[in-house]
Amino acid sequence: MAGTYFQKRELVVPGQLLAEGRYRASVGTYSQNGRIYSSLVGLAELRGNTVKVVPLEGVYIPREGDLVIGTILMVAGNNWKVDIGGPYQASLHANNALRRPYDEDISRYMDIGDVIAAEVIAFDRNTGPFLSMKGRGLRRLTDGMILEVSPAKIPRIIGRRGSMISMIKSRLRIQTVVGQNGRIWIRAPDIPTLRIAIKAFRMIEDQAHTTKLTDRVSAMIDGELAKLKGSETSTDEPEERAAESGTSDESSDDDNKEDVSEK
Amino acid sequence: MSPEVKPDYLISPEGLRLDGRRPDELRPIEFEVGVLKTADGSAMIKQGKTHIIAAVYGPRELHPRHLTLNDKAYLRCVYRMATFSVPDRKRPAPSRREREISMVITNALEPALFLEDFPRAVVDVFIQVIQADGGTRCAAINAASLALADAGIPMRSLVPAVAVGKADGTLIVDLGDMEDKYGEGDVPMAILPSTGEITLLQQDGSFTKEELLEAMQMGLNACKYIHELQKEALKRAYLKRAPEAGSEGEDEEEDYEDDLETDLGESELPEEEE
Repeated sequence: MAGTYFQKRELVVPGQLLAEGRYRASVGTYSQNGRIYSSLVGLAELRGNTVKVVPLEGVYIPREGDLVIGTILMVAGNNWKVDIGGPYQASLHANNALRRPYDEDISRYMDIGDVIAAEVIAFDRNTGPFLSMKGRGLRRLTDGMILEVSPAKIPRIIGRRGSMISMIKSRLRIQTVVGQNGRIWIRAPDIPTLRIAIKAFRMIEDQAHTTKLTDRVSAMIDGELAKLKGSETSTDEPEERAAESGTSDESSDDDNKEDVSEK
Repeated sequence: MSPEVKPDYLISPEGLRLDGRRPDELRPIEFEVGVLKTADGSAMIKQGKTHIIAAVYGPRELHPRHLTLNDKAYLRCVYRMATFSVPDRKRPAPSRREREISMVITNALEPALFLEDFPRAVVDVFIQVIQADGGTRCAAINAASLALADAGIPMRSLVPAVAVGKADGTLIVDLGDMEDKYGEGDVPMAILPSTGEITLLQQDGSFTKEELLEAMQMGLNACKYIHELQKEALKRAYLKRAPEAGSEGEDEEEDYEDDLETDLGESELPEEEE
């Protein structure tokens, strides 16, 4: 007896038998007596002879090399303690963020409450995640807004080779940083565009396990942009702008963005 | 509330129970997954008149810190009964019974979970009994394991549980409150269906060896049935969120943009090699 017991992209539940024989268990699965079972609710996939389950839920578990967006919780000597979501608090050492020589009081550079884009440089079972801000695009985020989505949906938001996110970025002409920990930084030229971006990300999150999503998101954006053009002449826009500004308070300090981050 | 009276018999002359069930018949069971929006995972169970909600948070940072386990996540189950869940108001202070059941549920669920994936973290399971009519610890396990799956906690399998008891000398499955109170015994049990391992087995009342073995066999069969209901409820919860998924599942046009994408040609290869 050998073979697989699931359809392509079938929704499977924990304990469901997926394959028997010469298959290799990967993420979201476990093997017992030569049989591979699902350990998650998710979509079963076969790649070569590797069986895996793409999770639909779950918290953020750091992996080395991940780009994450975090909030500084504490300044401890030469370290910043950073909330990156999930069960593990990360540390960022000043050597990995600042050019030497730097001031003894590192809170002069970044302080509690600051939001940063950083990379996970080390994480294993014993030592909590360590971050670095040495790299392109890794910086303090001083404007725009942060949208939180389920970390399990991030691969879908990025899309294969970035197809989804680059489509959204070019269509709406916005800037984004997508953290693997489920936080998306968005900087949009105006509030209505921002609202469409949020709607697009929420749509991907809700429908992450369906097919042809890129096309539908693209169609949705087209529809919204067309509506936007229509409404600009009919001037019912101001009240919508007012309603939205509460949820994106960070976008108000647009004018002092780049110079502050150099501090 | 009229004072409760002991019924004249628990098994009628026709061989039926107080609510008209056959001895090996379960109460109607209804599951719903994802009932709470703020929780990472949640599930509701209605088993006859028993009504329970379970919520799962985590894995998340563990407080207080001294409980930290360095090799795996700490599983913290809290079973609570609402003050209005029973005819005589339940006093709201945590009771000895609640603490015991919390521990028993933790022990029943823990073997199913891959807690070693999340060292130093905690998985919180909060179980609230809204209405109690017997079999709450088993119903709580049923709901909690669904909530854990909904939260995306990796697990070996769902954990179904059921109580088998004895009333008027007959073995009966899934006791109601009256049968629990006035019957002769009660054996709650939980299993891991894939291997048949037993993760919960308690007994009160007295059973002969033969009776206990038969009771366990009845429980095993009932658990397997409940397991099917659990799987069905879980799939239903996720398919509902994607109305198009069913119809579009058929077309093989490649659109799934996961970073570890399956290529149709590749996936065919190992089949040919066998």
